[in-house]
Amino acid sequence: MKLTGAQIFIECLKKEKVEIMFGYPGGVVLPIFDKLYDAPIRFILTRHEQGAAHAADGYARATGKVGVCLATSGPGATNLVTGLATAYMDSVPIVAFTGQVKTFLIGNDAFQEADITGITRPITKHNYLVEDVRDLARTIKEAFHIASTGRPGPVLIDLPVDVQQQETEFRYPEKVEIRGYNPTYEGHVGQIKRAAKAISESKRPILYVGGGVIISGASSEVIELATKNSIPVTMTLLGLGSFPMTHELSLGMLGMHGTAYANHAIMESDLIIAVGARFDDRVTGKVDAFAPHAKIIHIDIDPASVSKTVDVDIPIVGDAKKVLKNLIEYVKKPDTSAWLKQIAEWKKLYPLKYKNDSKLRPQYVVEQIWEATKGDAIICTEVGQNQMWAAQFYKFTKPRTIISSGGLGTMGYGFPAAIGAQLGRPGTPVFDIAGDGSIQMNIQELATAVTNKLPVKVAILNNCYLGMVRQWQELFYKRRYSQVCMEGAQPDFVKLAESYGAVGMRITKKEEVRPAIDKALSINNIVFMDFHVEKEENVFPMVPAGEAINKMLEGDLA
Amino acid sequence: MKHTISVLVENKFGVLARIAGLFSARGFNISSLAVGETEDPTVSRMTIVSEGDDKTLEQIKKQLNKLIDVIKVVDFKEGDFLDRELILIKVAVTPKTRPQILETIESCGARIENAGAKSLCVEATGDQTKVRTLLELLRPFGIIEVVRTGRVAMDKSDKGFKPEGKPEVNE
Repeated sequence: MKLTGAQIFIECLKKEKVEIMFGYPGGVVLPIFDKLYDAPIRFILTRHEQGAAHAADGYARATGKVGVCLATSGPGATNLVTGLATAYMDSVPIVAFTGQVKTFLIGNDAFQEADITGITRPITKHNYLVEDVRDLARTIKEAFHIASTGRPGPVLIDLPVDVQQQETEFRYPEKVEIRGYNPTYEGHVGQIKRAAKAISESKRPILYVGGGVIISGASSEVIELATKNSIPVTMTLLGLGSFPMTHELSLGMLGMHGTAYANHAIMESDLIIAVGARFDDRVTGKVDAFAPHAKIIHIDIDPASVSKTVDVDIPIVGDAKKVLKNLIEYVKKPDTSAWLKQIAEWKKLYPLKYKNDSKLRPQYVVEQIWEATKGDAIICTEVGQNQMWAAQFYKFTKPRTIISSGGLGTMGYGFPAAIGAQLGRPGTPVFDIAGDGSIQMNIQELATAVTNKLPVKVAILNNCYLGMVRQWQELFYKRRYSQVCMEGAQPDFVKLAESYGAVGMRITKKEEVRPAIDKALSINNIVFMDFHVEKEENVFPMVPAGEAINKMLEGDLA
Repeated sequence: MKHTISVLVENKFGVLARIAGLFSARGFNISSLAVGETEDPTVSRMTIVSEGDDKTLEQIKKQLNKLIDVIKVVDFKEGDFLDRELILIKVAVTPKTRPQILETIESCGARIENAGAKSLCVEATGDQTKVRTLLELLRPFGIIEVVRTGRVAMDKSDKGFKPEGKPEVNE
């Protein structure tokens, strides 16, 4: 039977078991929206295409499935760009569909035309322009395969409106054959044995694990390798949750705002076992000074991540879970007792702390969210101070519980991502730890949360500043606070929430924090919690940009 | 150090833009680039000459390999490949310099493709040494214009350099 391109689109999504998609309609995607009208796919209408891309991303990170979004041509498509770039930097599987003007109009500067495959080429894992309806099914099959395998990432498919209307026989391919795409999953056994030997002989080993561990589902292997062999574990922002932060071998996050003991441990270690992490500049600080005594084992599925910034001694290209499973068998337990004693001392000397006085401080809010949920929540963050406090003071214990824009650092990411996460994990409490700046970047998605009855809890750490920029201006630009003050036109977040039909709360005293969180958790609706926190609180420790990571500013924490 | 990298790619529109975009986005340099169809019409070959230290070249190869439309990447080492370039040189000529120029052209194995009153169009093909030598020898006479194709290269071994040696495709 012949189907139109729009019908084929729906059939392909059904074959890929897509249950939910995010998007926004427009002129050249009308044929698809007509078929979506009675398709068995839940469509979440966001209030901006950027929100759709981030929601698909949050859904993907919370569930491990591919996130799907759809936008029209031109501005609809360009509004997806920030979301795709965010997903690309953090290796999130997304398939994004965009409408396009009719094939014969392409290149004519037609109404709402944009060269979206050209625009998104450097921020997608791959992209397609479908010019013939006969290519459509195969293209969609390939897109889902590419997005979700190897090092995952976003794939975009541009669909001209006439292709959506053309008819052809529908046949969904069984197999994908792409001769230029063949990710390596199995690690090289010789390399794995070399790594095992290095671990067995090490005295000061440290596991440095990143988002690749979460993607690969290798958390249990990391826990096994660490606990069996008494190896301490530090995590990147995206790696949080792969090893419980409540465990004594956990050093929490490393890097620019990592714990002092994680950074000291990296700098003093004789062996770094990097798993699914990419030695990002926020982690390494000054590369030349990074871990001077350490041999480095690097396990990653992306060969291009290996020896990109830091030279690696034992590279292992492969899937983290498979490689670790294999590696664990060969490792003989090293003697790390002196090393662990040293680390315990650092933990005692340089604990993660803040001024826990009578004032309402943002770190306290995060701590109380932890106390109220004990790791059984998904914590989305915006970007800036709120993100770093969330990473420092919420003790993540499970994979896929922190959802944060790490690589791109996208303000406005957390709220729509929380919407996607809540849709993917309906029974789990979902928080967005936000700043008053970031939350206003995609605040229109309040409508999406309200209409879909999503009980997301938004904790705004409201300091009336773009806090992280202010902190840098305070520390490195002589307190010349240039364009960071939000005062004067700050909205009343309580009234704002209420105007959408959400619940708003204002919290101005420390003792009100916990009752407010508990109350919010009991409300089956979206809640905006507007915490009026200390205005000039800084995130410490902090490694100034370009410094070695053990050269930390500690701040004044009497 | 200059490297000659041969890249087999899907013969589709947009692939050249992906390769060029990758080089510009990551700050890699391209000295020359030549593109043409191979014995298999679904495959094109790009011969890229790039400059950089070993680490940069390693990244270039890895990043190229990450592109879905790239089928195979080979970095030619000194000695085990043939490289050729075609160059057209328009050189100024006077009755006085003509005999000298003709002698230079002949000794270099180049050919005159067009002879005008005030200029000669010279065509030569050869490896980089030959092309460079010819250019240097003609320079004193006054070079008006140079057009070069960029380098192409071929492995000297008995094997072809076909995509079929590719590993199994994953399900």
